[in-house]
Amino acid sequence: MVPFKLDYLDLLESESIHIMREVAGQFERPALLFSGGKDSITLVQLALKAFKPGKIPFPLVHIDTGHNFPEALAYRDRLVAETGAKLIVRYVEDTIKARGLKEPVGKFASRNALQAYTLLDTIEEFGFDACIGGARRDEEKARAKERIFSVRDEFGQWDPKKQRPELWNLYNGKIHKGENVRVFPISNWVEIDVWNYIKREGIDLPEIYFSHDREVLVHNEHLVAVSPFIRIDDGDVIVTKRVRYRTVGDMTCTAAVESTATTIDDIVAEINLTSISERGETRIDDQVSEAAMEDRKKNGYF
Amino acid sequence: MDLLRFITAGSVDDGKSTLIGRLLYDTGSIKVDQLQAIKKQSKNKGEGEIDLALFTDGLRAEREQGITIDVAYKYFSTGKRKFIIADAPGHIQYTRNMVTGASNSELIIILVDARNGVAEQTRRHTIIASLLKIPHVVVAVNKMDMVNYSETVFTGIVADYSLMARQLGLGEVTFIPLNSLDGDNIVTASAKMPWYTGVTLLDFLENVNVVEDINFTEPRFPVQYVIRPQSEDLHDYRGYAGKIISGTYKKGDRVVVLPDELYSEIDVIEINGEEVAEAFAPQSAVLRLKDDIDIARGDVIVTHDKQPVTTREFETTLCWMGSKPLAEGNKYLLQLHSRVVRCVIKEILYKLDVNTLEKQTNISSIGLNDIARVLVKTADPVVFDNYSELRVNGGAILIDETAYTTVAGCMLG
Repeated sequence: MVPFKLDYLDLLESESIHIMREVAGQFERPALLFSGGKDSITLVQLALKAFKPGKIPFPLVHIDTGHNFPEALAYRDRLVAETGAKLIVRYVEDTIKARGLKEPVGKFASRNALQAYTLLDTIEEFGFDACIGGARRDEEKARAKERIFSVRDEFGQWDPKKQRPELWNLYNGKIHKGENVRVFPISNWVEIDVWNYIKREGIDLPEIYFSHDREVLVHNEHLVAVSPFIRIDDGDVIVTKRVRYRTVGDMTCTAAVESTATTIDDIVAEINLTSISERGETRIDDQVSEAAMEDRKKNGYF
Repeated sequence: MDLLRFITAGSVDDGKSTLIGRLLYDTGSIKVDQLQAIKKQSKNKGEGEIDLALFTDGLRAEREQGITIDVAYKYFSTGKRKFIIADAPGHIQYTRNMVTGASNSELIIILVDARNGVAEQTRRHTIIASLLKIPHVVVAVNKMDMVNYSETVFTGIVADYSLMARQLGLGEVTFIPLNSLDGDNIVTASAKMPWYTGVTLLDFLENVNVVEDINFTEPRFPVQYVIRPQSEDLHDYRGYAGKIISGTYKKGDRVVVLPDELYSEIDVIEINGEEVAEAFAPQSAVLRLKDDIDIARGDVIVTHDKQPVTTREFETTLCWMGSKPLAEGNKYLLQLHSRVVRCVIKEILYKLDVNTLEKQTNISSIGLNDIARVLVKTADPVVFDNYSELRVNGGAILIDETAYTTVAGCMLG
C-alpha cells in the first residue's frame, strides 16, 4: 500500500523550501543572491512558495559585473515588478574604482573573480548574515563537498577543513559577528532536475535560454557571444549561429551552445541527450586549473 | 520517479571509489568532458587507462594525499530513481564523517574485500549503521576476481556477516558478490559468477522500497517560521510554516502544541499557497489553527492521540565530533529541528568501543570520533521521540556555546 508517494521533484522542492524557512527563522538579515540565471530564478520561485501568502522576507541582491546579458537584466526587473520582491544592486565597476582594483586583461578577461569584492562589501554594507545562493553540488568537484549551510569568515573564505558536520536535516547557522553563512537550498538538485522543475512549474526564463541567432566567436570549441566586453583579434572566426544558453553568467565567460530548441520541452530533451557537462560546455573560467573553483571559493567567491 | 539516499562505507582499498565511479559511469552519469579530464589525470598519476576512482576525488588536498577527508555528495539517476550518494571515508579517524553521511541515508552499502572477509572495519561500519538505524543494508563483497569468483568464499562471508548482524540486532541484509573494477554485478549480471542468481547492485538500489521507511502514523510538525503578511487583505492571517517530518495531518485534526501543551484544531492546511484537505510526510506545509494561541519557531505541533516525549532530562547515544573533548559538566546548545536549548552533560554513562561493542565505564572524557552514552539535562523542555522508534524526530546535534561549531550528533532516548 502506497497512499502517500511523492515524485522526486516534490521531495527536492520540499527540502529546498525547508531550507529557505530555516534561513528566515535563524537569521536576522538574510539575502538571496540573484544572477538572472536559471538556478537563481528557481530559488526565487522556491522562496515565493516557502512564504506564501506572505512576501519573500528578504531582498534579492544582484552583484552586477556590468557584463550582463541585457535580456537577463530585463528579466530581473520584470521579476521584481511582478513579485514585489525587494531588489538591491551593487556594481563591480564601483568597487573597481573605489578600491583601485586591477581589472584582469586578456582576450576573455572576466570580472568573475572581482565579484567577490563587491559581494563582501555589500554583505558588510547591509550587515547580511546569510546569503542564499543557487550553487549545486553536481556542478563541480569543490561544490560536491560544500555544506548546505556553509560558514564563511569575515573575509568570506571557505575553509573545507573547518566545515561543520551537517546531520539529518539540522542546519547549524550560529555565527559570530562579521561571519556569514552561504546557504545553498538546491545543493541536491542536478542540472536536469532544475530544467524538469522549470518545465513542470511553467517558470518563465530570459529569452536567451531559447534558440536564437547570434554572432559568436569560435574559441576552443566554445561559442562566445560577440559583445563590447571581449577582445576581437585579427584572424578570429566570427560566425552567426543558431544558439541558446545552457547557463547564464557574464557575457565574457559564458559560452553558448548550438541548438534549435525553442520550447522548454525541446531543452529538456536536448539536455537528456547531451554528452557534455554543463560547466564543461558553457564556462570558460573553470578551464584554467583542476582546482580553479576550490581556489576561488577560498577567496570569498560564492 | 522517486529518490533514494545511500551511503557507501569502506575504504579506498576496498574499491569504494571505484564502485561509485562504476555506478556513475555505467549509468551514463559521466559526461565526455569529465571523462577526458579523468583520463588526463589518470595519465598524470601514471596509472593505467582510466582510474574510475578519480571521479570521486574532490579537493586538491585530498588529491595530493590520495585520501578522502570529507563527505562528498554524488548524483546519478536511472529511469526509476534519482540517487544521492554520500561518499564518506571509512577509516576510524573519520568516524564522524561516516556518521554524518549515514544520518541522511536510507541505505548503506558496506564494502567487504573478498580476500579479507569480515574485518574489524566491517564490524565498525555495521555498528555505525545499526546505531544510526539505517533501514536497508547491502553487503557488497568486492574484488571477487581476486578469489577466482569463488562461491565458497562468498557464502563463507555471508555466514560470518549474518552471525555478526544477528548479534547486533540488524534487520534484513542483502549480499551481492561484485568486481567493481570490471563492473560485475553492478549494473549488469556477471557471466563469471553463474552460481549467483540474485539481483545486481543497481537492481537492488532501484527497487528497494523506501516509502515504507517513512512513518505515516506519528504526526510531527516542527514550526520553522510564522507567516504573518499583515497586509490589508490578510490582516489576521497567521500561518505556521514547517515540514511534516512524519505522519499525516487533516483539516479538523485536534492538535497539541508542545512543549507548552496548548490545544487547538487544524483549520486550514496549505501547500505552496493552496488549500489541501490532507498533507503528509515529508511535505513542507503551512498549518493554520482554529484558536489564536501563542506559537513560535521551535514549537512542535502534534496530534492528540500520539504524543512524543517532552522532558528536560534524558539519555542519548552520541558521536563526538569536536576537537575539544567532552567532559561531565560541560554545557552546550542542543538543536533538534527548529528548537535550540541549553544543556549540560550530567554524566558520561559509558564509551562504546566501535570495533567490539564493548561498553567502557568510568570514563571521564570523550574524544573526537568516540561513541558514548550520556545523561543530558536541558534548561528548557525538548520534544522528541526515541531515535530507534522514530528516527526523524530523535536525531539532534550539540553546538559549542562559544565557538558555535557542531560538536556531536545525538541519537536521543
